[in-house]
Amino acid sequence: MAKKLMKGCEAIGEAAIKAGCKLFFGYPITPQNEIPEYLSHRLPQVGGMFVQAESEVSASNMIYGAAGTGERVFTSSSSPGISLMSEAISYLAGSQLPVVIVNIMRAGPGLGGILPGQADYFQATKGGGHGDYHCLVLAPWSVQEAADLVQDAFELADYYRNPVMILGDGLIGQMMEPVEFSDDRVPIKEIGPKDWATTGWKRDGRPRAIVNSLFLDADTLETHNKNLMAKYDEIKANEVRFYEDLPGEEFDLLVVAYGTVARVCSTAMENLRAQGLKIGLIRPITLYPFPYEAVSKAAKKAKAVLVFELSAGQMLEDIKLAVLGAKPIHFYGRTGGHLITPEEAAKEMKKVLQGQGGAQ
Amino acid sequence: MTELVFKYPEALTQVNTHYCPGCTHGTIHRLVAEVIDELGIRDRTVGISPVGCAVLAYNYFETDFQQASHGRAPAVATGAKRARPDLIVFTYQGDGDLASIGMGEIIHAANRGEMITVVFVNNAIYGMTGGQMAPTTMPNQRTTTSPDGRDVALAGYPIRIAELISTLKTPAFVARGSMHSPLQVVRSKELLRRAFNYQVQGTCFSLVELLSTCPTNWGLPPDKACRWVETNMVPYYPLGIFKTPEGDDRAPMPR
Repeated sequence: MAKKLMKGCEAIGEAAIKAGCKLFFGYPITPQNEIPEYLSHRLPQVGGMFVQAESEVSASNMIYGAAGTGERVFTSSSSPGISLMSEAISYLAGSQLPVVIVNIMRAGPGLGGILPGQADYFQATKGGGHGDYHCLVLAPWSVQEAADLVQDAFELADYYRNPVMILGDGLIGQMMEPVEFSDDRVPIKEIGPKDWATTGWKRDGRPRAIVNSLFLDADTLETHNKNLMAKYDEIKANEVRFYEDLPGEEFDLLVVAYGTVARVCSTAMENLRAQGLKIGLIRPITLYPFPYEAVSKAAKKAKAVLVFELSAGQMLEDIKLAVLGAKPIHFYGRTGGHLITPEEAAKEMKKVLQGQGGAQ
Repeated sequence: MTELVFKYPEALTQVNTHYCPGCTHGTIHRLVAEVIDELGIRDRTVGISPVGCAVLAYNYFETDFQQASHGRAPAVATGAKRARPDLIVFTYQGDGDLASIGMGEIIHAANRGEMITVVFVNNAIYGMTGGQMAPTTMPNQRTTTSPDGRDVALAGYPIRIAELISTLKTPAFVARGSMHSPLQVVRSKELLRRAFNYQVQGTCFSLVELLSTCPTNWGLPPDKACRWVETNMVPYYPLGIFKTPEGDDRAPMPR
């Protein structure tokens, strides 16, 4: 298929359709409104169903009901809306339902602003709702990668019976870039029959399907938790994804960033490399499971680590866990909806290279 | 020649329920199961259980089931029904679940005309959490959070769900029955049958509110609890059909 210029939000919507998802339940919130707007006309064209819910609370429970029948389903929202969905996300994880949730992050806290942010990292990767659970979290840095990851997300969700979140900052949703949908995309997972889904129970068929996260007996609930942990261990063992660009076995600075911030850092890094500075970049693509090992290995080769985020320092904590004090870690973050420019990033990189600025 | 005239409904599992002695949930379960059997829809029915006393309904109905978070059963049912319109989807909710925390979901599911059936059990109290005041608690009724009786100046008046839903323009079947006497139980079953049948026919959203008892938290023996429904609740919550898709609204039911 030929490349097409698409806005990030529209590419995400189209990617879901390409992944065989015919159901969308959502609620308007800036800066992701183009996803429901696109799907409200596009889904009926492909025999699908678009429902505008009365709230994010309701939308997130609608996807619970739809996923419970075994059909592919997704929703999208932005930061405050994801907070409202967090209860349902806990139920979805507890009931082991495969859904895809897109968060086009804006700056917070509270109502915050509508400009881009990355301050939902903790919420996305550490739980967000109540109880011990995780979503798989995928962070694209381009519109093309957003489209690709959305298609992967549906397969990961089905394979692991787990919610998968696409975590994009506002830029990913709003910028326009060429996108190509491959006609012969190879599935990344083989999906078995969904014999757990509530499709109507016949006496001579599978056991009765009960979609549920309630286990009143302590032993049963602990076993359920252990099963979830075993699943997360499998995810951690098999699904870690990252991009790295390291200048050899020894270099001066390792930069870590995700999403569009990593792209800005990549530009800054290229400019400084042209000046002869030895800088490497690691970009986590899966924020859960986090590429601790890759960051740890890369940090060992560098003299210092510099983390960039559109937050007050959230992924920073995972970098600290990966580096475990082996190297000094520096941080540069912007909040309020401010972006980081390549010049700004280059300035911070030089500062660390020149031994200025305090480590974390 | 003997003829079997009464048997265990196919749509009920043969287990003991956790419901308190004298509670009418068991009877309502049976009525719903009988209707499912009679309409021949058991193998394509999906129930949605609430948070509250009926949270474990999935253990008692011999159909596929989903358990919803507090108040959200109509949203979960919306998702299931929109995903698979061939399924018969019903929610089974109490008054704390539906009329308090879930008010937004029920109003909007009804207003969108979701092709689901809602069984709304109104016993004027939070049962499972231990007898707290509900939006449907009667004026001056004592509960653990209204120890001197519901003060309408502080807590407002009980919400009449059937009336509220029936004000919506979207076609629907909305009715209220009661479980306080054998006669009313029979009438309630007829309301449930109509409600499920509208969904089977693909006609409209349907909701049946059933006045029910909570002997444990009311502090009354079962027979007196039934009398309490008749004396205190029925005058405030009139029985009857409030809305039909045919438009012959408001058909009061004889007491």
